[in-house]
Amino acid sequence: MNELLPRLPFADWIDTGVDWLVDVFGPVFDGIATGLEATVETFVDIMDFPPSILLAVIFALLAWWFSTKKIALFTLIGFLFIDYLGYWYPMLQMLALVLTSVAIAIIVGVPIGIWMSQSLTTKRIITPVLDLMQTMPAFVYLIPAIFFFNIGVVPGLVASIIFAMPPTIRLTMLGIEQVPKDLIEATEAFGSTTWQRLLKVQIPLAKPNIMAGVNQSIMLSLSMVVIASMVGAPGLGTKVYQAVTQLKTGVGVETGVAIVLVAIILDRITQHAGRTKQGGKES
Amino acid sequence: MEETTFKKKIEVKNASKIFGKSSKRAAQLLKEGKSKKEILKETGATVGVNNAAFDVYDGEIFVIMGLSGSGKSTLVRLLNRLIDPTAGQILLDGEDIVKMNKEQLRNVRRKKIGMVFQNFALFPHRTILQNTVYGLEIQGAPKENREKQAVESLRLVGLAGYEAQYPGQLSGGMQQRVGLARALANNPDILLMDEAFSALDPLIRKDMQDELLQLHEDMGKTIIFITHDLDEALRIGDRIALMKDGEIVQIGSPEEILMNPSNDYVERFVEDVDLSKVLTANHIMKHADTVQIDRGPRVALRLMESLRISSIYVVDKGGRLMGALTAQDAVNAAEKGLKIEDVLIKDVITVTGDSVLTELFDVVSTATIPVAVVDEKNRLKGIIIRGAMIGALAGDNAFINENGEITEVIEPEAEVTAHE
Repeated sequence: MNELLPRLPFADWIDTGVDWLVDVFGPVFDGIATGLEATVETFVDIMDFPPSILLAVIFALLAWWFSTKKIALFTLIGFLFIDYLGYWYPMLQMLALVLTSVAIAIIVGVPIGIWMSQSLTTKRIITPVLDLMQTMPAFVYLIPAIFFFNIGVVPGLVASIIFAMPPTIRLTMLGIEQVPKDLIEATEAFGSTTWQRLLKVQIPLAKPNIMAGVNQSIMLSLSMVVIASMVGAPGLGTKVYQAVTQLKTGVGVETGVAIVLVAIILDRITQHAGRTKQGGKES
Repeated sequence: MEETTFKKKIEVKNASKIFGKSSKRAAQLLKEGKSKKEILKETGATVGVNNAAFDVYDGEIFVIMGLSGSGKSTLVRLLNRLIDPTAGQILLDGEDIVKMNKEQLRNVRRKKIGMVFQNFALFPHRTILQNTVYGLEIQGAPKENREKQAVESLRLVGLAGYEAQYPGQLSGGMQQRVGLARALANNPDILLMDEAFSALDPLIRKDMQDELLQLHEDMGKTIIFITHDLDEALRIGDRIALMKDGEIVQIGSPEEILMNPSNDYVERFVEDVDLSKVLTANHIMKHADTVQIDRGPRVALRLMESLRISSIYVVDKGGRLMGALTAQDAVNAAEKGLKIEDVLIKDVITVTGDSVLTELFDVVSTATIPVAVVDEKNRLKGIIIRGAMIGALAGDNAFINENGEITEVIEPEAEVTAHE
């Protein structure tokens, strides 16, 4: 086989392409990197400002506002436990990474999802891209990310965004498409413009779906923290990575439990926030 | 309906809608007179509406009726272009909406046409008030004004006080009232109602029909009402268009459709209709022979003898009903030298001309003399004879007066002798 077809140097082409991108757009990538790094660091600084107990209480109150008393109590105990274990600061670093990547996933993903629901062409082009983003092993795009953004929190963040964004896009699109046809007809029959239809009817009704997508994005982003730590993103992931390389089972389990606690808290809160209140009935 | 002017509100001229890819070829075949089935087989295109042509007059209730798949829902959507017609013209106050651009069309939908949907199509995330106000909100009407109008609209449909509730908290009947209020809030000239009451239980449906008729009387809107229910069509329609396979088979008043079906299909459609709910006293009453109150009892007696009847209604000079006189009483009065007035039976049972037969059965079956039909000024219009009532129920046109007027005095016996 190898003699019949000459081996095309795909790998070389890609390397050349990446080099060219770094050469030409280097300053742009540097700018992006600086911006993202500053965002994550600001997040960490803000959360590190109050004493850990006060922040745990603030998180618990937020949980109460968005969901139930039970979840608020769980949040309080969970955060105090992480503090007790001594992982408070790495946990804040991880949280900042996750929240930044999810925020960007929402800011970019929701409009793309809306666009896809309105245009069949857009949908046809973007759907395979989403498939690629979710199935391509994360390590593969970590390598060029290091070239573009250097070692540190930014390549980890970018990898998290790429992996975590597709559910938000897909579920936003699905939510808008699933609005019953007769409601769309009603908006048309009263003479709505496309924007009025979207803003007043379709997006509000798609909200539970959009929030389910955000929830999934958070979970996927959390699942990326260990991989992100390999390129130098600090946080709980780094502790896990160290435990693995030094074969410390105990520390590995402790940090693992801390990550799971944060995951459960974020999951429960976002799940509840997605349910709209309609006179006591859930849609 | 007589008093309204017969101004054309909507004119539909040869409107067709073909669904599917090869709609052009299908339109050609349609022109050649091929049937819906043949076109589907040859081109794969579905004919939704085939060459529909009709006018809707200002202020009437125009019912489009047909079974499911007959194209009635498609036809009504052509009127506000929720579905674009493949061919034809649709004039609204003389303007062709098929030619309108998006902006013009949006304006027509905002100002002129309201629509009510079969499954209500209320927005579940908005309160009743927010639902009702939707049409005005998207027009950018000032908040205070539009909410005032929406509250008024809700009051019209009997839902005052429910403004803050959500659709999911209301029953089906109430939800459809919201649908109606939402359509009325913009104050449109035309109301399109697509199977608006079909999802409601029969009792609530009847209430809604009554209320719609009341609203129509008060507000005088032009209503296009789609239904698959013939009873509903006959109840509320000023005129009815019957559809089959995308074509309009017959257009006419409820009586015309019932009494003169234009073809076998219409005839089969209407044969199961409960005539007793459609026919009124006006349809079956016979000419009443009367005697004026100032005549003597002997005159009345002679009249009864010559007509071979055993009682007669007595009226004053203005034709107003005074009472009834039996032959026996007339004989007694004549012998004792009394006036008709002295032996008059005054508490006679009367009905009005628009009472339907179901309301008359009890009265007619227990009455000892033919029941009198009177108008609002108590003038005697006719009488109801049991035989004629049964004949009319059997669907025999000989017993039914066209348009509810006694055009000629039909004497069943006389007809029989004429045939002999």
